[in-house]
Amino acid sequence: MNLDSIPADLRINPQLATEILCRFLGKEIHRAGFERAVVGVSGGIDSSVVTFLAARALGPKNVLAVTMPYKISSEATRIDSQLVIRQLGVESVDVPITDQIDAYFARVGDATQLRIANKCARERMTILYDQSVAFKGLVVGTSNKSELLLGYGTQFGDMASAVNPVGDLYKTQLYQMAAHLGVPSRVLEKPPTGDLWIGQTDEGELGFRYVDVDRLLLLMVDRRWRRAELIEAGFEAAFVNRVADMVRRNHYKRRMPVIAKLSQRTVDRDFRYARDWGT
Amino acid sequence: MAITDRGSEPASQRPAAPARNVHRVAMAQIAPVLGDPERNLALHLEQIELARQQEADLIVFPELSLTGYFVRDMVPDLAVSAAAPEIKQLLRAAGPMAVVAGFIEESPRHRFYNAAFYGEGGQIVHVHRKVYLPTYGLFDEQRYFAAGERIQAFDTARFGRVGILICEDLWHLSAAAIMQAEEIDMLLCVSNSPARGVDGPTIRIAETYEHLCKSFAQLLGAVVILVNRVGFEDGLCFFGGSMAVGPDGRTIAQAPTLDEALTVAVFDRGDLRRQRVITPLARDERLLLTIEELNRIKRQRYES
Repeated sequence: MNLDSIPADLRINPQLATEILCRFLGKEIHRAGFERAVVGVSGGIDSSVVTFLAARALGPKNVLAVTMPYKISSEATRIDSQLVIRQLGVESVDVPITDQIDAYFARVGDATQLRIANKCARERMTILYDQSVAFKGLVVGTSNKSELLLGYGTQFGDMASAVNPVGDLYKTQLYQMAAHLGVPSRVLEKPPTGDLWIGQTDEGELGFRYVDVDRLLLLMVDRRWRRAELIEAGFEAAFVNRVADMVRRNHYKRRMPVIAKLSQRTVDRDFRYARDWGT
Repeated sequence: MAITDRGSEPASQRPAAPARNVHRVAMAQIAPVLGDPERNLALHLEQIELARQQEADLIVFPELSLTGYFVRDMVPDLAVSAAAPEIKQLLRAAGPMAVVAGFIEESPRHRFYNAAFYGEGGQIVHVHRKVYLPTYGLFDEQRYFAAGERIQAFDTARFGRVGILICEDLWHLSAAAIMQAEEIDMLLCVSNSPARGVDGPTIRIAETYEHLCKSFAQLLGAVVILVNRVGFEDGLCFFGGSMAVGPDGRTIAQAPTLDEALTVAVFDRGDLRRQRVITPLARDERLLLTIEELNRIKRQRYES
């Protein structure tokens, strides 16, 4: 992505954000009784930024980068993951997931692209949580604000983590972070992809560009513009409506499962404590 | 005696006869533990010891310094009266140093307030209960706390007339206006402000606090001390950046952003006099005019 193409509204001070996020990672991991972090590394912008932040916050030897290729994972994914791992000197482990994914679908059949993509995401989640026990580190999430709002992720898959330093940064803002942190230029220059199937790109699948949707989300979500105001400002009505609908329709992914209330005090409803309770 | 508008000084104003003309105010920018009063008490005692070593005559802790901020359903479990043993212990430890700290106050009627006390000489002199409880955006204070109903200054042994505001209180011009009518010498604002806005050279909300402190210091002709906490709770980053501003609006002392620190602000009481000679805003204030106009608005809004 060309950083110059990012609209002024979405510009951040990456140095300031880095200072906050490194302290956040250190504090949240230490208060949970840990000193180490586990990150699923794909060679993409999100996981690269998170690995850089974790290495800076905790020291590279306290970060485990886990690569989990599936048979269709691209060569670029492998090369770029290794570039990040080598540049930072973090610990790493490679756990291919082809055998278990293929064994599962050989048994149940009807493997669609979507089901394979979701199954891979959830398989990777279980590996990260298992590695977190072995490495004695917390799983650090990599879902960015664009993905979280659009619901462009797999619930209990790549959206699962213990702490997430980048969930309040839009994709275009993560590029600014990456450039500031020194993420390899190959990672910055390639089109964003979940590597879900051969040739897949985020923007191709979503049907819009991150620079456009991030600006729309910033106005809609952060600045509370109404749909009519957005359309009047020049956004196409179909684009506005589609994005607003994605945000609403995928809200369930951002919440804990709904609990049916019966008693006086119900978990997540009127039993209200901060997660950092007592720490 | 007829009340005249201009020139009537507050009756409770003590003659300014401080033992020292130079004050040393320690701003304890700490990261309290959420919901652990014992550890927080220990943290306060440590800071008091550090402040003593730096010969501070007042130490100011942030909002809810004894409990942490996102206390939610813990409120009834953490609330104490202003006469609680842990507060007495703090005052004893401070010895001759005055102390301001934040706590959850339980009233005899079992209402819970986001409060801060000022104590000196082993006694509580004043308790301010936060009036403006933010309940919007990321805040939900009204769900848990009762709102304070008074904004009052108080006289101190060493610092003249002092006012305390808690965080959101500072955002209400009326609170500052009352403090101006009180003709305070020092405004203590204790806060728990989370960082928001990383698109500029500094945290956006920190800039706003700086503007507020500098403006109010100049408008009140008083020293303004802001003590804001640091640390994280549920992903929120409290940014610190505590500061002391002189009556001319200039920064006397500045604590770092994001990191814990004990920063001592040193200032001369003579600055208050000099500033009031240069810009006698409080002298020229038309209190009765203001009251009349507010009464007119009150009649129009509530009695018509």
